[in-house]
Amino acid sequence: MRDSQAPAIATNRFGLGARPGEMAACAADPRGWLEAQLQGTPPVIEDPGLRSTATMVVALDALRSRNSKAVAEAVVKLGEIYRPAYVAEVGARLRLAAATERPFLERITQFWSNHFAISVDKAVVLGVAGSYEREAIRPNVLGSFAQLLLAVERHPAMLLYLDNFRSVGPDSALAGQAQRRTGKTLGINENLAREIMELHTLGVDGGYTQADVTAFAKVITGWSIGARGFGPRGGGEPGEFFFRASIHEPGVETVMGRRYAQEGRDQGESVLLDLARHPATARHIATQLCRHFIADDPPPEAISRLAGVFERSGGDLPAVYRALIAEESAWSRPLSKFKTPNDYVISAWRALDLPLADARSVPPVFANLGQRVWSPNSPAGWPDRSADWDGASALMQRLRWADQIGQRVGAGVNAQELAPQLLGATLGADTRQALGRAASAAQAVTLLLASPEFMRR
Amino acid sequence: MDTTLQRRRFLQGATLAAGGALLTTRLSFAGSGGDSRLVVVIMRGAVDGLAAVPPWGDPDYARLRGSLAIAAPGATDGALRLDDLFGLHPQLAFLHESFAAGELTVFQAVATPYRDRSHFDGQDVLESGVVVPHASQTGWLNRALAAQPRAARGAERGVALGSNVPLMMRGPAEVASWAPTKLAELDPDTLQRIAELYAHDPMLGQRLGEAQTANAMAGDGSQPMMGGAGPNRYEEVIRATAGFLANEAGPRVAVFDTTGWDTHANEGGARGQLGTRFAALDAALRTLKTQLGSTWRDTAVLALTEFGRTAAVNGTGGSDHGTGTAALLLGGAVRGGKVICDWPGLSAGSLYQRRDLAPTLDLRALLKGTLVEHMGLPAAALDTVFPDSGGVKPLRDLFRV
Repeated sequence: MRDSQAPAIATNRFGLGARPGEMAACAADPRGWLEAQLQGTPPVIEDPGLRSTATMVVALDALRSRNSKAVAEAVVKLGEIYRPAYVAEVGARLRLAAATERPFLERITQFWSNHFAISVDKAVVLGVAGSYEREAIRPNVLGSFAQLLLAVERHPAMLLYLDNFRSVGPDSALAGQAQRRTGKTLGINENLAREIMELHTLGVDGGYTQADVTAFAKVITGWSIGARGFGPRGGGEPGEFFFRASIHEPGVETVMGRRYAQEGRDQGESVLLDLARHPATARHIATQLCRHFIADDPPPEAISRLAGVFERSGGDLPAVYRALIAEESAWSRPLSKFKTPNDYVISAWRALDLPLADARSVPPVFANLGQRVWSPNSPAGWPDRSADWDGASALMQRLRWADQIGQRVGAGVNAQELAPQLLGATLGADTRQALGRAASAAQAVTLLLASPEFMRR
Repeated sequence: MDTTLQRRRFLQGATLAAGGALLTTRLSFAGSGGDSRLVVVIMRGAVDGLAAVPPWGDPDYARLRGSLAIAAPGATDGALRLDDLFGLHPQLAFLHESFAAGELTVFQAVATPYRDRSHFDGQDVLESGVVVPHASQTGWLNRALAAQPRAARGAERGVALGSNVPLMMRGPAEVASWAPTKLAELDPDTLQRIAELYAHDPMLGQRLGEAQTANAMAGDGSQPMMGGAGPNRYEEVIRATAGFLANEAGPRVAVFDTTGWDTHANEGGARGQLGTRFAALDAALRTLKTQLGSTWRDTAVLALTEFGRTAAVNGTGGSDHGTGTAALLLGGAVRGGKVICDWPGLSAGSLYQRRDLAPTLDLRALLKGTLVEHMGLPAAALDTVFPDSGGVKPLRDLFRV
């Protein structure tokens, strides 16, 4: 291990990219600096423009209840409410990431947000993607995996995104009524159940079958969202999680060889708790963490060690993070991860302390670089390997943006002095020389942001 | 230097070696496939093949599909007739015209060798061409490019439309990628200095070179963004695709991604969410034909998805992950006007695991047929392009020759 590089690895790989002075401040004990960030409750994002998920879902419901003539108007109206909410959330998130003194904790938070991804590709998610992260992810990143999992799967944004709020048990009370009254057959939607098993917990090779997916989908029928009024669509606290007993499939279900005879909502929670402590889940989560913090193809021993800690600690997340900090292979290969556009933008913001006056300017930055915030094109979230991000066209977009930043702020920046503070011992001779020979201060900043060292973490 | 970079460099070395060998042994193929263009449209999310190509003549179809069913040809919003059993979705008007003009072949009840229902594994198998998910870091289309005789040296033979290169196009052959831009171009001096800065970084150096070549070719990169979510959503990317393929010195193979096909809820029948997606795709393909002009006659377009959806409508007006689906082969080079399908039926007993359309055609037969007949790939290369597929014979007579 080359310990001279430890401060660069602590700030750039574990953190979100060094701020000037940050590397010096952690140099005495880089690992201790990371561990200290796990102390205390996670930060709360406060911003007058932010709204709760419940508020947004109630607004959606209010528009839905109008007659069909007003549908077009409702769509416009929804955009008027949802778009500003999205812009405010993206801005607030970047503001925190750019300034936080607990950047490791923020990287972990974004890791979980992506692990339990929802996507604004689905129109209704636009208004709730940010509030979902603030409500379901942030408060739970220092608890247990089971606690985080339960918070996510009953969050209205997830129930909307993966359709579960209206999945109906075929033998539920409501399905029976509908059949008798209208001849209409209601049934399950297995989307959420499958993605919980495949993506959120066990992993695709976790040993479940189609029958397990179907049974689990029945178990979580009724996990829905409260709405005003009575009858099949009403009940519960509007916009909040609501167990809708009338659409829950009654009876015992068998999932992964285990019988679940509980009534109502307890049945689903029992399955989730068992999934959370399943060895396949430990392995799946360990693999993804190692891929994020070590390399695209992390050493199998590192995955096994981390999975072991996950299992033995009962999914205690701080214990898992501490094991990750202690993992030697995370410190022995500097610059092994190519930054995602999200990493790249945030690290530039931190490096140059860029201003953020108007939140409306923020979403297009991420979109232009190919990673519109909270918009992975599937529930698997954004991919986490170099090859997913290092396309030629993506690189050009990065360089164009770097140049824009260089031209905008470069005149007031001494890139030669800044470079060692951002890159530490990873700063190479080629980059040092290029900065020294730059034609202008602005160009030097562009070159610093374009350098191979700044492209990676 | 980390392992990824080393692997990449190794692959580049391997290409040179393979290319050199091909140059000497494959002279007899020189020229074959030289003018042929191939566009692959990846439809991520599992397209409902029973909606794209409704088997309106099947006795179980309307009952199973419920609110998703497309009416028989002739009825309001009815299927666009292909034959006595199949039609096209009513939003696919251009494809229907193409079928009538003999430029579209429709495949139904198709599947890759993948039999589970994960999008991500399914897409991996679709793109890698390997039987086991995540067993290969390279894609079948790239390996096919690498195995082709070198035409114009130095030019990339393939281009990925989008910021990043999908797995199907990753591998030993160099490919370009292109995405619309709204950011200003760098000045040549800064660009030159960045190129020097990347001189000792093989990966970034190579990417930068590719980007510069691609930009020069696409030409209209500075045009404002078009599309968004409407019917013209693919307009800009299609125009760029045509720009690349119509260029004599440009790439011969283009790949672009479409998403939004994962219709678990409110899928809709003739009109609705899925219908809107089909209409946008149909419009895009029409634009592609127009923009390609005379190059269209050398062009084949494959529209592919990872698997199909459940035969029956689900509880929320949509369909869940399934197995057999449809695939389309379109273009001026196609000997079309036919449906290729060994129809398994939709009765309970004939469904795969009693829920999905049973696959009766291995997608690789279609892909192999296209590569061999249209792109001039030597049959001997099929084993590397699609490993462990000896039993899957290429389909024949798919193209006018």
